Amino acid sequence: MSVLIYVNHVNGNIKKSTFETACYAHRVAQLAGAGEVIALSLGTVSESDLAALGNCGVSRVLSDTNPVFNRFDSGAHTKALAVAANAVNASVVVLSHNSSGKAIAPRLSVRLQAGLVSAATELPQVSGSGFTVRKSVFSGKAFADYSINTPVKIISLNPNSYPVTRGNGTAAVETFNSGVSAADVKVKVIETKSLSDTIPLPEAELVVSAGRGMKGPENWGMIEELASILGAATACSRPVADVHWRPHHEHVGQTGITIRPNLYIAIGISGAIQHLAGVSNSKVIVVINKDAEAPFFKAADYGIIGDAFEVVPKLTQALKEFKSQNA
Amino acid sequence: MKLLVCISKTPDTTAKIAFTDNNSRFDTNGVTFIMNPTDEWYALVRAIEIKEQLGGSVTVINVGPKDNETVVIHKALAIGADDAVRIDADPGDAFFVASQIAAYAKDQQYDLIFTGKETIDYNGSNIGGMVAELLDLPYISLANHLEIAGNTATITREIEGGLEVLEVNTPFVISAQKGMAEQRIPNMRGIMTARSKPLKVVPPVPVAAYTTIAYYELPPQRKEVKLIDPEHPEELVKLLHEQAKVI
Repeated sequence: MSVLIYVNHVNGNIKKSTFETACYAHRVAQLAGAGEVIALSLGTVSESDLAALGNCGVSRVLSDTNPVFNRFDSGAHTKALAVAANAVNASVVVLSHNSSGKAIAPRLSVRLQAGLVSAATELPQVSGSGFTVRKSVFSGKAFADYSINTPVKIISLNPNSYPVTRGNGTAAVETFNSGVSAADVKVKVIETKSLSDTIPLPEAELVVSAGRGMKGPENWGMIEELASILGAATACSRPVADVHWRPHHEHVGQTGITIRPNLYIAIGISGAIQHLAGVSNSKVIVVINKDAEAPFFKAADYGIIGDAFEVVPKLTQALKEFKSQNA
Repeated sequence: MKLLVCISKTPDTTAKIAFTDNNSRFDTNGVTFIMNPTDEWYALVRAIEIKEQLGGSVTVINVGPKDNETVVIHKALAIGADDAVRIDADPGDAFFVASQIAAYAKDQQYDLIFTGKETIDYNGSNIGGMVAELLDLPYISLANHLEIAGNTATITREIEGGLEVLEVNTPFVISAQKGMAEQRIPNMRGIMTARSKPLKVVPPVPVAAYTTIAYYELPPQRKEVKLIDPEHPEELVKLLHEQAKVI
């Protein structure tokens, strides 16, 4: 028995979400008495980077370096994961609920006849044959505990839901042949474009977000400066993306992306329910708004009632001083 | 082009969320239901646009009870779908729903099967991938752009911190999100003709759900917001560092 995880990497760089799934899987293996944690790596990743997954409790990494995996095809990656899951007798498979996980996990669920809980936010509760996993539902307005009724279980873990704690372990890296060939790849990737050279929003631990209260795109300099001092990603509300003040990929909310950072600073955003749906699971929310009646204050941990054009530069200055003292 | 769009019924965005039967069931009392926004705005509208451009037909499919005909199916027909299929069953879990859709679609030779990015109630993002695997088709998730020429589609999809442009041949399954199309409001003619469009009711195939929901819980109430003097934002910095420990 084992718990299997999927190594998510971009051009050989292992994503932070993989370490989250590794740490999570390590704890799942203990809770479920499921043996060791094994990782499957597809495509080209350096052996030393893979061995470092041992820091999070992975004992072995199966590495299939077939170049067909360097371009993403959900069918081919699913097939390889299923072959690996059977080879190592996995009772639980853990992926991240990010763009690759969302494409692979449902396919794998069908292929392994294994119940899937996607966007899990907590460790499973295991008692006897019972196995339930908590996830966020109703766009952040509630949680649900899902019982998985199949022998093999699949969990896709919401990014930034489980802390990464690193020890000193080293994983053994083994060559693996999943039997997937070029004929299994149906999708031809033409190009990948990076949207920003800063931190990808879905992975960001700190996010500075702004809305219509900024009055125009020319005023985003102070938002970017605040984000840069914090090491935060920038985001925006829907109206701002709709009028093209900011790019669409920054739009968080019901129809944009859902994030769960440690800190979400909302500036000049009133806090419509559709916006809250995308951010309400943030650990700490700070709202800066000149309207004391803005509904966002009801969802906030900390608030400043004041004009963003006065408050934000002062906050940036205060953070600069804080950073210089704590550098 | 023969196009199939999977549509789901969800509570309205602003619905109050509550539970009954010892928190084991969603309380539908007083809740208004709508067609899931990403199914409607992006998947359905893009399918209709492709039909308008290349010819063919758009079928919508929904797994659910008879009420769904008035709540979601008629609207989809009013927006411009040609016909509808309702699988007459309570939706169960994602695997159950995907199995019903795949069982129906198996012999229909659709060129393209659309879903929305995810439903706003269970937030799974699972149906498209499951249907694709059941039908052994390629699956393109989180797509925000789709063009078709001949039997080749060019698609842009979201990946972490970026976009991926890819090509794939029909048939395939795609999940649609923002950017794919603009919302369409049904006009009076659409609403009138919707009533006479074919709606087929199909019995479910026997499938056991893989998962069941045991318990629901509302998130703990956030404590009252702590207000900070706008003249002293250094207070906020101090609280974020010492109390919240996030910086």
